[in-house]
Amino acid sequence: MKTVTLTMTNPPELYLEGQNITPDAFAGKTAAEIAAIDVWEGKLKSPLGKYFTVEGNGGATAAETRIILRGDCSRLKRVGQQMTAGEIVIEGDADMYIGGWMKGGKIHVKGNVDSFCGLAMEGGELIIDGKAGHHLGSSPRGEWRGMQGGLIRVAGSAGNDTATFMNGGTIIIGGDADIHVSTHAEGGTVIIKGNAKGRVGGQMVKGDIYVFGQIENPLPGFKQVGEVEQEVDGVKARFIHYIGDLGERHPVSKGKPVYGNIYTRI
Amino acid sequence: MSELLIKNGFVFDPLQGIRGDRMDIAVKDGRIVETSALQHPETIDASGMTVMAGGIDIHSHVVGPKVNVGRLFRPEDKLFKSPLKRCNRMEMGFSVPSTFKAGYDYARMGYVFVNEAAMPPLHSPHVHEEIRDTPIIDNAAMPVFGNNWFTLEYLKNHEIENNAAYTAWLLRATRGFAIKVVNPGGTEAWGWGLNCENVHDPVPYFEITPAEIIAGLIETNEHLGLPHSVHLHCNNLGNPGNYTDTLDSLKLAEGYTPKNNFGREQVLHATHLQFHSYGGDSWGNFESRAPDVIDYVNSHDNITIDIGQVTLDETTTMTADGPFEHHLRALNNLKWANTDVELETAAGVVPYIYSPKVKVCTIQWAVGLELALLSKDLMRTFVSTDHPNAGPFIRYPRVITWLMSRAARDATMKTFKWLERTIDATSIDGIDRELDLYEIAQMTRAGPAKALGISNTYGGLAPGMDADIAIYALNPENMPENPEEIEKALSRCACLLKDGVVTVRDGEVLTEPPKRTVWVDVKVPENAQVQRDIYEHFLRYYSVNLGNYSLFEEHLFNPRVIEVDTTQ
Ligand SMILES: [Zn+2]
Repeated sequence: MKTVTLTMTNPPELYLEGQNITPDAFAGKTAAEIAAIDVWEGKLKSPLGKYFTVEGNGGATAAETRIILRGDCSRLKRVGQQMTAGEIVIEGDADMYIGGWMKGGKIHVKGNVDSFCGLAMEGGELIIDGKAGHHLGSSPRGEWRGMQGGLIRVAGSAGNDTATFMNGGTIIIGGDADIHVSTHAEGGTVIIKGNAKGRVGGQMVKGDIYVFGQIENPLPGFKQVGEVEQEVDGVKARFIHYIGDLGERHPVSKGKPVYGNIYTRI
Repeated sequence: MSELLIKNGFVFDPLQGIRGDRMDIAVKDGRIVETSALQHPETIDASGMTVMAGGIDIHSHVVGPKVNVGRLFRPEDKLFKSPLKRCNRMEMGFSVPSTFKAGYDYARMGYVFVNEAAMPPLHSPHVHEEIRDTPIIDNAAMPVFGNNWFTLEYLKNHEIENNAAYTAWLLRATRGFAIKVVNPGGTEAWGWGLNCENVHDPVPYFEITPAEIIAGLIETNEHLGLPHSVHLHCNNLGNPGNYTDTLDSLKLAEGYTPKNNFGREQVLHATHLQFHSYGGDSWGNFESRAPDVIDYVNSHDNITIDIGQVTLDETTTMTADGPFEHHLRALNNLKWANTDVELETAAGVVPYIYSPKVKVCTIQWAVGLELALLSKDLMRTFVSTDHPNAGPFIRYPRVITWLMSRAARDATMKTFKWLERTIDATSIDGIDRELDLYEIAQMTRAGPAKALGISNTYGGLAPGMDADIAIYALNPENMPENPEEIEKALSRCACLLKDGVVTVRDGEVLTEPPKRTVWVDVKVPENAQVQRDIYEHFLRYYSVNLGNYSLFEEHLFNPRVIEVDTTQ
């Protein structure tokens, strides 16, 4: 593993589009070559070196490349977009679209992130020590094929519209979630350790949602069917089990309809 | 004075019967001229290459409100597909491209004329605004008549002269080109949650059948002598077993002969026939009935068709056939847009994935190709994908490659999950026919131009015609072994001249010569009754004022008017 350290020394006046800050783009490049990679501030294209000092060369492949981002990256978007392997560590806050369309590898953000992070994720891990904005692990605008796989773990709270059109993978939120969780989901698992505000599982076809706290305003399309004991993210607990959304179509497997499941901790 | 000489190309012009002869084409001031008329021409060396007239698309949904609904509700259609500004204007989208991309992509393929397949009359200003914004290619747009209250009321009483006067008025009000009919009666029935599933299924509240609408509009069209014929999207699109309804629709043209001064020989154009040539009575036993349908077309020369070829892409369906889109939404559970256009029509939009893993999709793929390959008259059988319904128009080069190469068809069929069942349900595997470039020129230039009644200007290379000329890096004496090379050559033409201006070179758009809007202005005798009917309908039913309905002159971009005078 080789480490490339980017230190923000000349922060952008607008926001910086950093979709080229990935192990895939850095692999096989020297520090000087990495400093020449394109980033965009608004519509103006500049070399990465205009904003960052670059230390260290990339590894031979993405999997052998680690990127560490230092300095104020709170106006930096799209880091790790579409990455397939390797590692990114952001030592503070970052802006929107971190880890969007990620296929593999790992991103660790030590601060907070804004909206659209882990969008349409297919694989890999996105770890956020702070809180996340809206549309965490959601589908891109208009798209009905949302998160397919991978893990998103947020230590703090998440905004609204988490996991829209989720098809697979796992999202774990340490704090609370705002409205709209797993809307239109057809698979995947969302675990909320705190409370959920409401509209949880609206138009959900399939998939699982665990809420350790309360759902402030549960939807009428879910029906209580019993109690279960399960181990969820290392915690063994009893949950009330609801199925739904009964207003939505549901596939039939082995003669039985498949529903979305909501579990709330007793 | 600009003079150009395209030297030594293999020229294909079915309108003049030129079959790949090595010859020069001369251009002067935007028109094709005799070579002797040139004095000091610039030359374009076309040796070893194919020279044809610019392509003509008889049926494509590229401009207007429902196309724009598709653009708006499918932002994912642009995702990661729109990174570049290659030309003057930004390009974006795949199945529902931006207006700019549509114009550039048609030009890159060597096309110069595109007939917008469905214009909701009430929204004609939007259609014309998008025509203005679609660079390079000339556009016409067909207002829809098949569910229009005026049309239904006149034809119920067989008032052909009144319907003709109304038609002439609406063509002028919308700056329209021809009579389009979509699911006659069925779209009006959709206002009540119903449909007309065959040509004898009566339209609720109008006491008329689709058969009477179709026949009445054919009579109206020939009474007026319009350049194009009635352009029909038959009832019961897309359903198993619909080929009998299609044959019933086509039979309505029997006994009618074309009356016009534009060289048109058909009275009915049946569009995207692929969607209308199905057997079986469920998705389980869904099968091709293309041979039955094309046999009928082969033996009735007053009908033309376009195929509506499925391209096996993720695309966006959009049609004035409102009930069909609702039906499709229930099949694939994807998002759906639906709208009613008061007194006139409706529309629906649903994304659709034609997957090589789905049996119905691969049978549909075969049906379109069967129609073309079993056709006995390619001057009456045209290439289309009903863009974007069966696939985006940028796949025309691929469709043509399938038509020209059995190996290309076989290579595609190898990707099918249900290959055996597709072969069993269609005749595609028994067809070895490979079309040549002359036949392709018939299906993409000469044929559609003639059927649209514009073959005095477009679709050929005779002196006096517009100098719209496409040159492809294809040598008919030495065609590439690899069919993908054919597709590549047709996707990015070596050169396109639009009105004599070198517009595309090696697949790159160089310049944007001014495009035109082609419309048909019909002079009819004064008709006090129709004028009163229009006045009263606007007073009683429309939510807009009659004075605000007709297209304002400033919406019309660079018009080319085709005049028809029925008063003499
Ligand atoms: Zn169409």
